[in-house]
Amino acid sequence: MSRKLFKFKGGVHLSEHKAESNARPLHAAPLPGKLVIPLRQHIGNPAKPVVEVGERVLKGQMIGAADGYISAAVHASSSGIVTAIGPAAVPHISGLPDLCITIETDGRDEWIAHAPLDYQAMAAADLRMKLRDMGIAGLGGAVFPSAVKLDPGAAHSCPTLIINGGECEPWITCDDMLMRNRAGEILQGVAVMRHLLGSTEILVGIEDNKPEAIAAMQAAAQSLDFAVEVVAVPAIYPAGGAKQMIETLTGKQVPSGKLSTDIGIQVFNVGTAYALACAVHHGEPLISRLVTVTGHVLRPQNFEVLIGTPMHTLITLAGERDDSTGALMGGPMMGMPMPDLEVPVVKATNCILVKSNALFPPLPKALPCIRCTRCADVCPAELQPQELFRFAKTGDFGRAQEYHLFDCIECGCCSYVCPSHIPLVDFYRYAKSEIWAREKEKRAADLARERHEFREFRLAREKKEKAEKLAAKAQAARTQAGLDQAKRAELPAAPAPELATAPSDADAKKALIAAALARAQAKKAEVAPKNTDHLLPATQREIEEIEARRAKIHELARQPLESEEKKP
Amino acid sequence: MPSPFILDRSSVTQVMAWVLAALLPGVAAYVWLFGPGILVTLALATVTALAAEAAMLKARGYPAKPFLTDLSAIVTAWLLALSLPALAPWWLIVTGTLFAIVVAKHLYGGLGQNIFNPAMVGYAVLIVSFPVQMTQWSGPLALTETPLTLAQSATVIFGGDVPKTTLDAVTMATPLDALRTGLLQQLTVDEIMTQPIFSQFGGVGFEWLAAAFLLGGLLLWALRIISWQVPLAFLAGIWLAAGFLHFFDAGRFGAPWFHLFAPSVMLGAFFIATDPVSGATTPRGKLIFGFGAGLLTIIIRTWGGYPDGVAFAILLMNLSVPLIDQYTQPRVYGTSGRGKEPPA
Ligand code: SF4
Ligand code: SF4
Repeated sequence: MSRKLFKFKGGVHLSEHKAESNARPLHAAPLPGKLVIPLRQHIGNPAKPVVEVGERVLKGQMIGAADGYISAAVHASSSGIVTAIGPAAVPHISGLPDLCITIETDGRDEWIAHAPLDYQAMAAADLRMKLRDMGIAGLGGAVFPSAVKLDPGAAHSCPTLIINGGECEPWITCDDMLMRNRAGEILQGVAVMRHLLGSTEILVGIEDNKPEAIAAMQAAAQSLDFAVEVVAVPAIYPAGGAKQMIETLTGKQVPSGKLSTDIGIQVFNVGTAYALACAVHHGEPLISRLVTVTGHVLRPQNFEVLIGTPMHTLITLAGERDDSTGALMGGPMMGMPMPDLEVPVVKATNCILVKSNALFPPLPKALPCIRCTRCADVCPAELQPQELFRFAKTGDFGRAQEYHLFDCIECGCCSYVCPSHIPLVDFYRYAKSEIWAREKEKRAADLARERHEFREFRLAREKKEKAEKLAAKAQAARTQAGLDQAKRAELPAAPAPELATAPSDADAKKALIAAALARAQAKKAEVAPKNTDHLLPATQREIEEIEARRAKIHELARQPLESEEKKP
Repeated sequence: MPSPFILDRSSVTQVMAWVLAALLPGVAAYVWLFGPGILVTLALATVTALAAEAAMLKARGYPAKPFLTDLSAIVTAWLLALSLPALAPWWLIVTGTLFAIVVAKHLYGGLGQNIFNPAMVGYAVLIVSFPVQMTQWSGPLALTETPLTLAQSATVIFGGDVPKTTLDAVTMATPLDALRTGLLQQLTVDEIMTQPIFSQFGGVGFEWLAAAFLLGGLLLWALRIISWQVPLAFLAGIWLAAGFLHFFDAGRFGAPWFHLFAPSVMLGAFFIATDPVSGATTPRGKLIFGFGAGLLTIIIRTWGGYPDGVAFAILLMNLSVPLIDQYTQPRVYGTSGRGKEPPA
């Protein structure tokens, strides 16, 4: 039963720091007095509030509805009164407040009426819609709405389904604990995924440093009526990255700018499978998740936490210690620093890592790049980080893109090994956000130009029409019929339905306008910068926040090499 | 401070310290085989390099501490010192070192910015400007009756009074010099090789010095401080080029192993051509870079105006690095072709 595994290029061996938090049993965190639930916890459009201030809500009640296809609903994690709908601090790298719904809980934890779904009897599209309305999104970190990923699309099926239990970041153990304690439920969720995707091969990849989780998952897989192969993969960061997990298990690489489904593979985190099982088998929307609280705390452990719980209550539960230096959401390689600890736990919160100077000493000052290419040796995206750094630093974003900046997964391996201690990933984030910003500006400019061109076109058209009308009047008696016909023939075929009804002058004009717009749009699509397109709308959120991030990142990116290198 | 929040323990200082450590077998062999004079040269070059580095950092407005402690200046000093004749006069050492640090390193922008390997620039300037002094090699102890003591060596280097006979007794041409001179005198390689300076493999003493550098180089490779591509390709370039010539006319061209076991080749292959700053960065680029340097070394040794060609060969390859890198970009994850299509 041993599967041939493949080695992805690069990666680094890190000290795991998993034993700190996975030795204590899993506990449910108590109900907090206040829940702050951001409307944007997933990639795509934020949810739209459907409750009002002062309204009483029940546990599991939808308080924000999904807005569009790529979106997900948000729900009240407990019963209580809505006290505010407005901007509040959220865990996001930008540090900017975002729209949240605040609920004063009433301690009754009263559920809204809910019932299991008979998923096998439902139409696939209805089931997906239901999952979107139950707020299911990827819990591995990317928080992509699961309903979208569960749509096999034109292919009608996705042969290989990979369940990612890699959890390769140091310190984090929430997936490990979930697999140890709830393997059966995870696989129930997998059954739903399999049903929707029509997958024939199901693989669960778990890093081999989690033997208990592997054993639990293997045991649970025995009692299924379909085959699930639980595979231990070598522990090397970032083995739990979706692309790396795919390569390890199948030997295939996801083509640049494409999705894994293009090669017949879909990947879900174990937590997502669990959330899916709760939704389908209990009718419970996504209102809680497992969170590792670890680092500089007295009792590092995992909690089952209601979404919206302030992070500091969890740190208090785990035993706050003196002289902490802030907290990260996520692990030390890809996590982000929290602006303050009032921010709520969201769907993406897998870990709260409390820092101290002893555990995470301040990073040494950066020296110039010595081109040693250690970064290239460890880059799992097989990039040349030192070149990307050079281009990003000098503002040569075009070259950076040619060197596949957008294939960088921001795993941090390069920064980790760099002997010059250059915060490389910062530079890539900075370059990416600059490119998005420019693209956005360009789009705005394109739109303005389009409008202008269109106006010119309209004026010219009107003038021509006037002249034609005059000419037509003069020749009306003789050539009326012929002229009409010729005009109709010269119209483009695109908006056919409109023309088909009653080809009047006004319709013809509309058609021409539409055609001109379509042409302009096509032109615009042609000149759009390459290899950023596929990121949208996944990066839509980022784009919107660029203006704010820009100044900050700019400063960060400049700081190490100018102010630190030079004499203060 | 954004992610990542942890770092490997590596640092530029650590990398450079390992390079210096890996040079120690070579230094020890040098002292053992050629006498303690090299220690004076090394010390003088080190002091000069650190002083020049400190002065340049100050002049350019950089903090001295992080850059002085990165040890890169000392590496440059040692590489230059080990390339110079052991009894070279002090001003030659100082001039070469100053040129390496001030011009080749700092005027190009300092650590990480230099296009050329600083030590090789220093060496090239010296051999072009002072060809005579650059032949003050002390012969292997095995061939000298009264070797110089450390004090005597220092006296020679600092231009003190040493009886000419004493000096003449210890200086002699290097095997490469001897080969070159012999060939110019229309002798065949076999005839030249009967001179006492030549041994089975290379030159008496020189071959063991080369072996000591090789040992240090292998250590660097084992520690993954250097990659295998550059040294292997460099040695292959030497071997193939020399072997090719030797195969066609053994009378006029030295044997490949003779060329290979020169100290400058091993030093060049493992310590100088592997300099990351001035070398190629891509895996295929490193192969091209090393092979080219090896090839050029033999070409210069054979047809050039200087007995050894390692320095010029490496400098020439330094010049081609941007081009090599650009055309050898490796495949990126999830793409079918090369990472970067070179512009038309
Ligand atoms: S690891 Fe750091 S110093 Fe080395 S090439 Fe990469 S960026 Fe430059
Ligand atoms: S952060 Fe980007 S460039 Fe750096 S190692 Fe990861 S994928 Fe490569």
